[in-house]
Amino acid sequence: MTVLEHRTPSGPLESRWERHRFDMKLVNPSNRRKYNVIVVGTGLAGAAAAATLGELGYNVQSFCFQDSPRRAHSIAAQGGINAAKNYQNDGDSVFRLFYDTIKGGDFRSRESNVYRLAEVSVNIIDQATAQGVPFAREYGGLLANRSFGGAQVSRTFYARGQTGQQLLLGAYQALSRQIGAGQVEMHPRTEMLDLIVIDGRARGIVTRHLITGKVKAWIADAVVLATGGYGNVFYLSTNAKGCNATAAWRAHRRGAFFANPCFTQIHPTCIPVSGESQSKLTLMSESLRNDGRVWVPKNAEHADTPPGKIKNENRDYYLERLYPSFGNLVPRDIASRRAKDVCDEGRGVGPEIGGVRRGVYLDFRDSIQRLGENIVGERYGNLFEMYERITGDNPYKVPMRIYPATHYTMGGLWVDYNLMSTIDGLFVAGEANFSDHGANRLGASALMQGLADGYFVLPYTLGNYLARVVPGGADDEHSEARRVVGQVTERLEKLMSIDGSTTPDAFHRELGHLIWDNCGMSRSKEGLEKALREIPAVRARFWEDLKISGTGEGLNQALERAGRIADFFELGELMCRDALDRDESAGCHFRAEHTTEEGEAKRNDEEYAYVANWEFTGVGKEPRLHKEHLEFEFVKPSQRNYK
Amino acid sequence: MKIRLRVWRQAGPNSAGSLETHDLEDVSPDMSFLEMLDVLNERLIEEDREEIAFDHDCREGICGSCSLMIDGRAHGPQHKTTACQLHMRHYSDGDEIVVEPWRVKAFPVVKDLVVDRSSFDRIIRAGGYISVRTGSARDANEAPIRKADSDLAFDAATCIGCGACAAACPNASASLFTAAKISHLALVPQGQAERYDRVRKMVAQMDAEGFGHCTNHNECEAACPKGISVTNIARMNRDFLRAMVVSRDPLRAPDDAGE
Repeated sequence: MTVLEHRTPSGPLESRWERHRFDMKLVNPSNRRKYNVIVVGTGLAGAAAAATLGELGYNVQSFCFQDSPRRAHSIAAQGGINAAKNYQNDGDSVFRLFYDTIKGGDFRSRESNVYRLAEVSVNIIDQATAQGVPFAREYGGLLANRSFGGAQVSRTFYARGQTGQQLLLGAYQALSRQIGAGQVEMHPRTEMLDLIVIDGRARGIVTRHLITGKVKAWIADAVVLATGGYGNVFYLSTNAKGCNATAAWRAHRRGAFFANPCFTQIHPTCIPVSGESQSKLTLMSESLRNDGRVWVPKNAEHADTPPGKIKNENRDYYLERLYPSFGNLVPRDIASRRAKDVCDEGRGVGPEIGGVRRGVYLDFRDSIQRLGENIVGERYGNLFEMYERITGDNPYKVPMRIYPATHYTMGGLWVDYNLMSTIDGLFVAGEANFSDHGANRLGASALMQGLADGYFVLPYTLGNYLARVVPGGADDEHSEARRVVGQVTERLEKLMSIDGSTTPDAFHRELGHLIWDNCGMSRSKEGLEKALREIPAVRARFWEDLKISGTGEGLNQALERAGRIADFFELGELMCRDALDRDESAGCHFRAEHTTEEGEAKRNDEEYAYVANWEFTGVGKEPRLHKEHLEFEFVKPSQRNYK
Repeated sequence: MKIRLRVWRQAGPNSAGSLETHDLEDVSPDMSFLEMLDVLNERLIEEDREEIAFDHDCREGICGSCSLMIDGRAHGPQHKTTACQLHMRHYSDGDEIVVEPWRVKAFPVVKDLVVDRSSFDRIIRAGGYISVRTGSARDANEAPIRKADSDLAFDAATCIGCGACAAACPNASASLFTAAKISHLALVPQGQAERYDRVRKMVAQMDAEGFGHCTNHNECEAACPKGISVTNIARMNRDFLRAMVVSRDPLRAPDDAGE
């Protein structure tokens, strides 16, 4: 049995990372070129890691399934990136960012990791600015900040509503420079389908080239997965259509533990579902909650009244009413759940779908009166345009309608303090790992974590690992590499040969409904047990009745989707199992059985202050649970209070 | 509503292609253009025919994957809108719509509506960056940047690399794409050290990839989903001329210029 050694340093919190860096081994500059590293994924974490490792002199092979590394889904992040710069002189500090993140995560993350994240956050802003990232500025030429959910200081740096795009292009440019210099070899349209483990060490991956269909093994001295989250298990989410969990799931099947899979974030401000053929949901940045006020009519009979005609006394600004000190800026999990509650009460707005109106207003009327259209437009112009393109409504004139949607997954592959999984030499960065956000991620912290892992953590910890292994010693003709290539090929052939009658997307929608209804914003023992009975049945049907046309030899997007959905079935089941096992409420994980008198999530620290790590034991077999107990030396767990 | 689609089908880069007609019966005005293609593809799979290949990912207008020529217009009829953000409410019952891939020599067709835009990546690789090692940056607020300059740089930096500019250009020029990156980095103080080298290298790569030259049609700006201005091309040209004067190095394409 694998023992979970989290390798967290002890001693004073503020010097742990510094001391750890000193304790880690270094690779001599002239030896670095002897090592090969595979980095899968080119989002913030992957691009930053590949670029930095290339700069250091390692040989890097970088992979992405998109046609260009610049298109990874980090590009779509809107609102901003946190950093403890305290440029606003409003009381921020590294410790406060650490504290807010631990508390925001409802005390289900590791103190040492989170402190390191807060510590390097300031370097990220410097780095990105030096790369030319055009962050918003004040008239004096200095960087501007805004506030974000779950914080009472303004520590969020932003580039209009396109912060992710600008940060990713910065990392992409750094990566491009290394590709041009020959340090990184780029493999676009190449999807990882399995991991190669030789003698207990991650030594490579097997990929399928999406244009030629060629299946190939790649061997290296270490493998980094920066392959994002698994939000698309819900089918409808704010993730890009291509986002998938296959790389992480395949690594899990090869021995990497999956941590806290039930911690999935439902983002409160998304455009509501409009119809059956909907293929994805669109996020409206949380930053809108800075100047937009969330409300629903006090009385259900006003649901069809045009919002402008509803008088103030007939409006319920329920977040401001329930949480006077944080108001519209409460953390995401709370804002989402409260939106669900008011809609369940029958006070939602917009069209009825399945008998319920699923929408609440996000209203800019008061901000426009206070600040003028110009200033509001400067802050949110592109978001307002996007909203209008999708819905046909103009948010300068009528309030937006929003509803929660799946957005981010805090769970992921388990990693130690060095970001290494339970497989030696397999590192996991960014959203793909579980590390820093506990049971709920605060706004503007995903970009921070992805870049922290890629620029400032992995380059050190990976070197420490490489320093203790001898480079080389295997190639793509190794028997294990050939065996895995054979297994991948066989699975692809199996998918192509089922020749049933149901398309991959039809299966995906069915799975998504099951997960959303039973493992979404509110979970119960009964619902989870139902899902655990039904998912295996749908999965079995998938393997008997799947229909894909075309061949596996060239570009076949239906085949790509089918392979990803097959893995989502297994992952979805694990999510429900984890949610059932965690018999408490914590952050996003809201068990209907465990609430406080005010209806908030009620934790059970006595029994559940642990990271739940699942070991794969076979498809349809009960996975084995390993607990990593969380210790809180510096922040005392308390009931989160945003009132 | 009913829509008739005429879609370009092409098996591979070296095969001949042609338009194929499909009638769709129940198109909802709330659907996006790509969701309509999804519905058609579901049907094709059920009929055991190959689905139509097209690039798409975020469906929020930011990743730059989607690349459809719709009735002869890059990304379709709506101003400053990518194909993925185009909704069917802009069409009427009985409309016929022609869908083709980008038609650009430097973007060869891969299959159906999918093209190879790696030439854009090679242009960035040639110099579209600021050389700053991780960890060597100074404090971000040490060098104030005039807000007006920063905003201009931002406007250029919003390019999503979709290729609509080249697809819309009668010369299939990549000038707007290349100029956007050159302008973004030339407008901020961090980008000054490499400014003239950058413009020389990137322009040389753009030429080597087989893109045409700019002759001021301005179709690129009209097609750009992010509304990037052709002023950036003027900025690129100005920097290019200055580069010829300030540097004595002979102009040459990087070694890995396109085949």
